[in-house]
Amino acid sequence: MKRLRQRALILQAVRNFFISHDFLEVQTPVLVSTLAPEPYIEAIEVPFGNNDVRYLITSPELNLKRLVAEGLDHIFQITPAFRKNERGTKHLIEFTLLEWYSVQKDYIWLMEYCEELIRYVASVAGNWPVIQYGGIKIRLDEPFYRISIQEAFAKWAGWDPVLDYDAYRFDLDMVEQVEPNLPVDRPVFLFDYPIQCAALARRSKRDGRLAERVELYAGGLELANGYSELTDAEEQTKRFQQDFARMSKIGRRPYPWPAAFLKSIKRLLPCAGMAMGLDRLVMVLTDAMVIDDVVACPSETI
Amino acid sequence: MYDSSDLRKGLKIVIDGNPYIVTDFQFSKPGKGQALYRCKLKNMMTGYTMDRTYRSGEKFDPANLDEVKMQFLYKDGDGFHFMDTQKYEQVTLTEEQVGEAKNFLKENMEVTVLFFDATPIDITLPIFVELQVTKSDPGVRGDTATGATKPATLETGYVIQVPLFIEEGEVLKIDTRTGEYVERVKR
Repeated sequence: MKRLRQRALILQAVRNFFISHDFLEVQTPVLVSTLAPEPYIEAIEVPFGNNDVRYLITSPELNLKRLVAEGLDHIFQITPAFRKNERGTKHLIEFTLLEWYSVQKDYIWLMEYCEELIRYVASVAGNWPVIQYGGIKIRLDEPFYRISIQEAFAKWAGWDPVLDYDAYRFDLDMVEQVEPNLPVDRPVFLFDYPIQCAALARRSKRDGRLAERVELYAGGLELANGYSELTDAEEQTKRFQQDFARMSKIGRRPYPWPAAFLKSIKRLLPCAGMAMGLDRLVMVLTDAMVIDDVVACPSETI
Repeated sequence: MYDSSDLRKGLKIVIDGNPYIVTDFQFSKPGKGQALYRCKLKNMMTGYTMDRTYRSGEKFDPANLDEVKMQFLYKDGDGFHFMDTQKYEQVTLTEEQVGEAKNFLKENMEVTVLFFDATPIDITLPIFVELQVTKSDPGVRGDTATGATKPATLETGYVIQVPLFIEEGEVLKIDTRTGEYVERVKR
């Protein structure tokens, strides 16, 4: 119960932060007719009408980018999102995502802005400037660490995923070698991912083998994922084709082709966007080891 | 047959022909990557632990384990002999399999024998057992500080620490989980 009160304060602080920076809070549908294809993120299908099927969003990404393309420059949403089969001490099937977008920005700005957000929320609704998480002290008033994927893998996994990408080895070493060795005395940004795991991030102008993607970790928890957004409709179409093909290959039924989204992103200005797991942010700020402890009740207990 | 998504603490599965119990479990999903199931596993035959990470969709056979109440008969050069008092069937476990339980094992004691595919692999003692002291020197006079102890040899040959007032021939209640003295049993 005490954590629910803290959760409410944290949510309030997040809203205040964005609203005070002239971001518009929006609501978009949770039940949608298609989604961005993600080989390893599975949506819950909902029977709809006689033979039709709809989906519960795995993130509001397509919804929000369409709003940006239609002219809303700075927006955020706090929404439930759903991912099939993702349940563990740090995962809920139904969880809460904070997602924000801002035009004429990139992933370097995202890192700075994200730092500012975490500092503000912790100072209002957590402990400041040092939080305690699972017996470790995390300093928030020093700059967060910034470690490139190449640097992290060279240091802890002993190979270069940018030079020689292998999807399974990358995920395995990320979980077994990199994540457990990340420094814990401050939050950490991992950035510059191999282009093969770009998802909807733009290709780096500096090095074409990299994607302008960033992930935030604190206390060993992966908190957020952000991109300099891909705004090239042609490149986007190609990536969707590849991802739909990968989905079919591993035996998953592809979602309907996101035609409306692909049409709308032709008007999308350069922008950056980030998605943060709010339940996990609450975990870190309230010293909770298990995600069940920061929600009113996990869905399977109702 | 189990699937990776069935993995959780306490699940018993077969790996390379050996029974393992999942002692720790973490569901992981790095970034946009695939689901990974990280397990700490304990070999139920040898007690050794190992770390394994599985992908989704991997299959496991459940470890076919049975627990049977049995009576300890005797120990000889072949090992420790137990009998199922319902079916009058006897099984033998090696000293290694019995492990530390041998320190508290007395003839006619009822224990639980664990079978993996009909092969006995381990025993579990009752939480409390009663054993007689066969040798213990009198406590040193004057050394009466609270908590002072002295060694005592039990009828199994095992030596434990007991309070100074314990005498030879007395029967003691022992906690087999910790191997420690609990109290004196009045006869």
